[in-house]
Amino acid sequence: MLDTTRRVATPEGIELTLRLAGPVPRALAWGIDFLLRAALVLVVAMLAAYFGRAGTGVVLITAFFVEWLLPAWFEARWGGQTPGKRLLGIAVLNDDGTPLRWPGAMTRNLLRAADFLPFFYGVGLITILANRDFKRLGDLAAGTVVVYQSSTAEPARQIPQAAPIPPPVSLHPEEQRAVLELAERSTTLTRERFEELAALPEPLVGRLEGERAAARLLGIANHLAGR
Amino acid sequence: MKQAPFEAVHAKEWSEFEAFLDDKKSFDPAEMPSRFRRVSQALALAAQRCYSADLVDRLNRLALRGHHALYVNRRRESGQVLDFMLRGFPRLVRREWRVVAAATLLFFGPLLGFIALLQLYPDFVHYLLSPRQIASFHEMYDPANRRLGMREADTSMMMFGYYIWNNVRIGFQTFAGGMLAGVGTAWFLGANGVIIGAVAGYLTQVGYHETFWSFVAGHSSLELLAIVLSGAAGFKLGLAIIAPGNLTRKAALMAAAKPAVRIMYGAAVMFFAAAFVEAFWSPITEIPFSIKISAGVAGWVVLLAYFAFAGRGRAAR
Repeated sequence: MLDTTRRVATPEGIELTLRLAGPVPRALAWGIDFLLRAALVLVVAMLAAYFGRAGTGVVLITAFFVEWLLPAWFEARWGGQTPGKRLLGIAVLNDDGTPLRWPGAMTRNLLRAADFLPFFYGVGLITILANRDFKRLGDLAAGTVVVYQSSTAEPARQIPQAAPIPPPVSLHPEEQRAVLELAERSTTLTRERFEELAALPEPLVGRLEGERAAARLLGIANHLAGR
Repeated sequence: MKQAPFEAVHAKEWSEFEAFLDDKKSFDPAEMPSRFRRVSQALALAAQRCYSADLVDRLNRLALRGHHALYVNRRRESGQVLDFMLRGFPRLVRREWRVVAAATLLFFGPLLGFIALLQLYPDFVHYLLSPRQIASFHEMYDPANRRLGMREADTSMMMFGYYIWNNVRIGFQTFAGGMLAGVGTAWFLGANGVIIGAVAGYLTQVGYHETFWSFVAGHSSLELLAIVLSGAAGFKLGLAIIAPGNLTRKAALMAAAKPAVRIMYGAAVMFFAAAFVEAFWSPITEIPFSIKISAGVAGWVVLLAYFAFAGRGRAAR
């Protein structure tokens, strides 16, 4: 409801939720990968300098493989992650939630050339912003999405302590999540803004306003967090 | 059932499942599918009963990792590479003959057209190439500058690297241009056809045909056909965007990308082979002109026969 997620139905009749990664973490991951690629070519170039013109040939061949095939190799072999993506905690998956394989990895990496146009990933950025799954052109053709890796448990929520209050109506997980996330952010919002937001969900806080609505919402959040 | 007893009942099973996913053999792998189904069922129940978001998140995480572990495709593909090169690739090219024909026309049309045109109107070359380009081609292929014997091996290696870096990249860009509704592909094909045609036509017309054709004959078949096939793969993508038929554009694009990328695998191999020939065979000047041309023609015959006949006979799988 609040996050950019994609729901995938599995053969077991359940829906899995993938948390999509937007342009900023992807650009950072690309930046890290770019530096690593440049470093690799530089090292080869330094070694190859001893071999004259043949060395230049080796450098060019290395540059070709590093630029076009190495990212695809990493994504196909390393659970959809290049080193940069691993550092940022994001990964490429097929959009049905299954792990990425060679064909998909090759497709999306060959088509980086189209996303790069007209300069520095202009087309890619526009495409990412123009569809709800943050797909660049390569992702559209390959049928892949870039998601946050969720194999490790997230840190426990930091919610201000309050006496738990059971919510008067039962809440869907998305609604629960919205309440929990609002409570979590209550410390970073101004008090007035938090009180204003807390007064909005009428089924939960009734006609309460201001400080009392805020207190009630925090109580409900504490209940939802299992305190 | 309230959430707490629900969690208590299943806690052991979930932690065992988590341990299994962390590569600890907490149970017999044969139990994996049925255990995954139970985790799936728990997730569905937890979501439907509106249990806390943290529990649903945790189960979602477990189910997602289980889904990955269960549906990972472990098929070995090493044996398929040879089969693809011997049979699958020419079959694929024949099946996609429409886009291949379009790319052939767009590339070889201007190429052959300008070779012919420049024999009749030599001055036309100044519309196509700058004086500097013309001067550099003059120097490269002037028979008077011809060095005897092979050039040094290290130069060949350098040029091999350069041809891979440059030519394969052009092929990949021609392919990727298909994503711009085929316009990029058409531009790359047409522009390369014009430039190659202009150079070949001009050098033939000024009488450097022996040096020029003996250099390009060997790798021409591999390289020019690889460009055409890259273009065909690009058009396959472009066509899916322009005329998706009964599918959505996205679905059509995904369906077209599979054969298109497979064509690119083959085209990339051809580019590599072309780069090898261009670096290590084409510059050898001590082989007589007639042999070089014969080898070039033989290359065309073999390659066209490969695309026309290889992989026929046995029923297509």
